[in-house]
Amino acid sequence: MSVFAFAEQRGGALRGATLETVTAARRLADELGADVTAIALGPSGLAGELEKLGRYGADQVLFAGSEQLADYAPEAYAQLLADAAKANGAKALLFPASAMGKDLAPRVAARLGAGLASDVTELSVADGRITAVRPAYAGKVFVRVGFKSEPALISLRPRAMTAEESPREVQVSELGIDLDSGARRTRVKMAAGKKKERPDVAEAEVIVSGGRGMQGPEQWKLLEELADALGPGTALGASRAVVDAGWRPHSEQVGQTGKVVAPPLYFAIGISGAIQHLAGMRTARCIVAVNKDAEAPIFKIANYGIVGDLFQIVPRLTEEIRKAQSGD
Amino acid sequence: MNIIVCVKRVPDSESRISAAGDGISVDTRGVKFVLNPYDEYAVEAALRLKEAKQGTVTVMTLGGEESKETLRTALAMGADQAVLLKGKPSIDGLGTAEKLAEGIRAREYDLILFGKQAIDDDNLQVPAMVAELLGLPCATVVVELQVEDGKVTAKREVEGGDETYEFELPAVVAAQKGLNEPRYASLKGIMMAKKKPLEEIDVGDAESRLEVIEVMNPAERTAGEIVGEGPDAVPLLIKKLREEAKVL
Ligand SMILES: Cc1cc2nc3c(=O)[nH]c(=O)nc-3n(C[C@H](O)[C@H](O)[C@H](O)COP(=O)(O)OP(=O)(O)OC[C@H]3O[C@@H](n4cnc5c(N)ncnc54)[C@H](O)[C@@H]3O)c2cc1C
Ligand SMILES: Nc1ncnc2c1ncn2[C@@H]1O[C@H](COP(=O)(O)O)[C@@H](O)[C@H]1O
Repeated sequence: MSVFAFAEQRGGALRGATLETVTAARRLADELGADVTAIALGPSGLAGELEKLGRYGADQVLFAGSEQLADYAPEAYAQLLADAAKANGAKALLFPASAMGKDLAPRVAARLGAGLASDVTELSVADGRITAVRPAYAGKVFVRVGFKSEPALISLRPRAMTAEESPREVQVSELGIDLDSGARRTRVKMAAGKKKERPDVAEAEVIVSGGRGMQGPEQWKLLEELADALGPGTALGASRAVVDAGWRPHSEQVGQTGKVVAPPLYFAIGISGAIQHLAGMRTARCIVAVNKDAEAPIFKIANYGIVGDLFQIVPRLTEEIRKAQSGD
Repeated sequence: MNIIVCVKRVPDSESRISAAGDGISVDTRGVKFVLNPYDEYAVEAALRLKEAKQGTVTVMTLGGEESKETLRTALAMGADQAVLLKGKPSIDGLGTAEKLAEGIRAREYDLILFGKQAIDDDNLQVPAMVAELLGLPCATVVVELQVEDGKVTAKREVEGGDETYEFELPAVVAAQKGLNEPRYASLKGIMMAKKKPLEEIDVGDAESRLEVIEVMNPAERTAGEIVGEGPDAVPLLIKKLREEAKVL
């Protein structure tokens, strides 16, 4: 019995989320009394990276190395994964809920006729059955689901689990690349990033909100830079004071008369934390507050706070987050 | 060009949602329902293509009687006709995709448009599944779309860059915010929508491959910690966000 993990790569290097996926597969396999099989699809040069999969708990790796698999090839990837999972009687198949994983997992689910739980934050086993917890309604509720089909298909929210080493000698076998005629209908070209529109506060993974403490609309450049450093899933939010003053549009307002949000991470910058504001963001998983007033009510619900002048703290925050993200 | 747009009725994104007393469902009492916001981008994209290239726009949903209102909203925006597949959507995406694929197969189509995600289940599954079931090429989470001479060019955002997909019609595309600015239904549009054809077909409930064991509210909050004062506290904050909270 084997738990499968999709080993996502870009440019011939395994992505950070892959190690989280293998870690989760390892834990699941230990509870089920199963082993872990990682499936790696990519350029032949990816071979040099595969030992890492063993370090994080894979017992074996199925590897298809070819230039035609170097970039994400949706149909080919889906076919190879579905065929391998079927041929090996996989008990579960885990993906990172990355841009690639979110596109690929449903394709594989359709090919296998199996149920997929998306964006899972927690996995467990009870009486030999796998259950998964996932957010719904933008994180306003969490749902624990069970699987009525096999394999259990799961995409894991990035960062919901931490990668952890569990080293073993990994066995690598070649996976044959015998693609259907339909497998190359889609040509995918990757281009390095340019500036993009931000997501809406109601659907963002991270929200950087500013309040009256920002002193004026021209200061939002600071928050935009912080949002850029945090990545493309980051939205800008605002308190009502700021919206009423005309500094920011109403679409960004968080709170009782604005939007109710529940992102994994919420920054409240120069926001006092009035009850009406809290009503809109108290279900965020992690709240960070920056305020010069140590008595500000926002600190009563924030997970982490820094007391001090935001005009000094925010630029430093941007700089350190940039550093932290580039280490990924 | 014949375009089918799959749309879903969902609670407004600003509504308050919580676990119901039975512990296995969601309390949506008093909630306002709307056309899924991502599906608005899909409807808008369809209307623009129709305006440029002629053809028909059909909106389709799998849902109950109440979903007619959602279809009328799309008709009021400018879609030509609507199809209600009467039945219950599945918990995971596959059962719903199977019903939609069946409904689509029975019609003529060049392009099938979706929203990237329904904001109730947040599954982000149905479009790619429909594409697989119909054997069509597909791009999901699309922010730019061109259709020229039977060829589709679709751009999507990925970590650290963009991906551009190229394939031929017939095909599936799922819309992300940013694809366009959806129009508002005009008064005339709303009046006309009442007279547009709305076909109803009983298809039965979709099969769920997942089951709900428990619906939970997020944990209540207690005060956290003051990490420190001034900019020098930032490195410690980052460390905690990474290692303790695991959100970076
Ligand atoms: C019916 C009703 C509905 C409402 N709905 C909403 C709603 O939906 N959303 C909402 O947000 N509000 C809402 N409000 C308003 C709410 O009561 C507050 O007035 C508002 O949230 C305050 O906004 P603020 O925190 O930006 O401003 P303030 O309360 O003025 O707080 C500014 C904060 O910035 C800090 N600060 C100042 N300078 C600096 C600096 N240099 N560095 C660091 N910190 C600094 C200050 O210490 C202070 O805590 C509603 C009110 C009512 C009556
Ligand atoms: N019951 C449904 N009827 C019609 N379309 C749907 C339905 N459920 C989902 N969709 C479409 O699939 C997209 C993605 O939904 P989901 O996979 O549930 O997040 C939505 O934006 C809709 O376009």
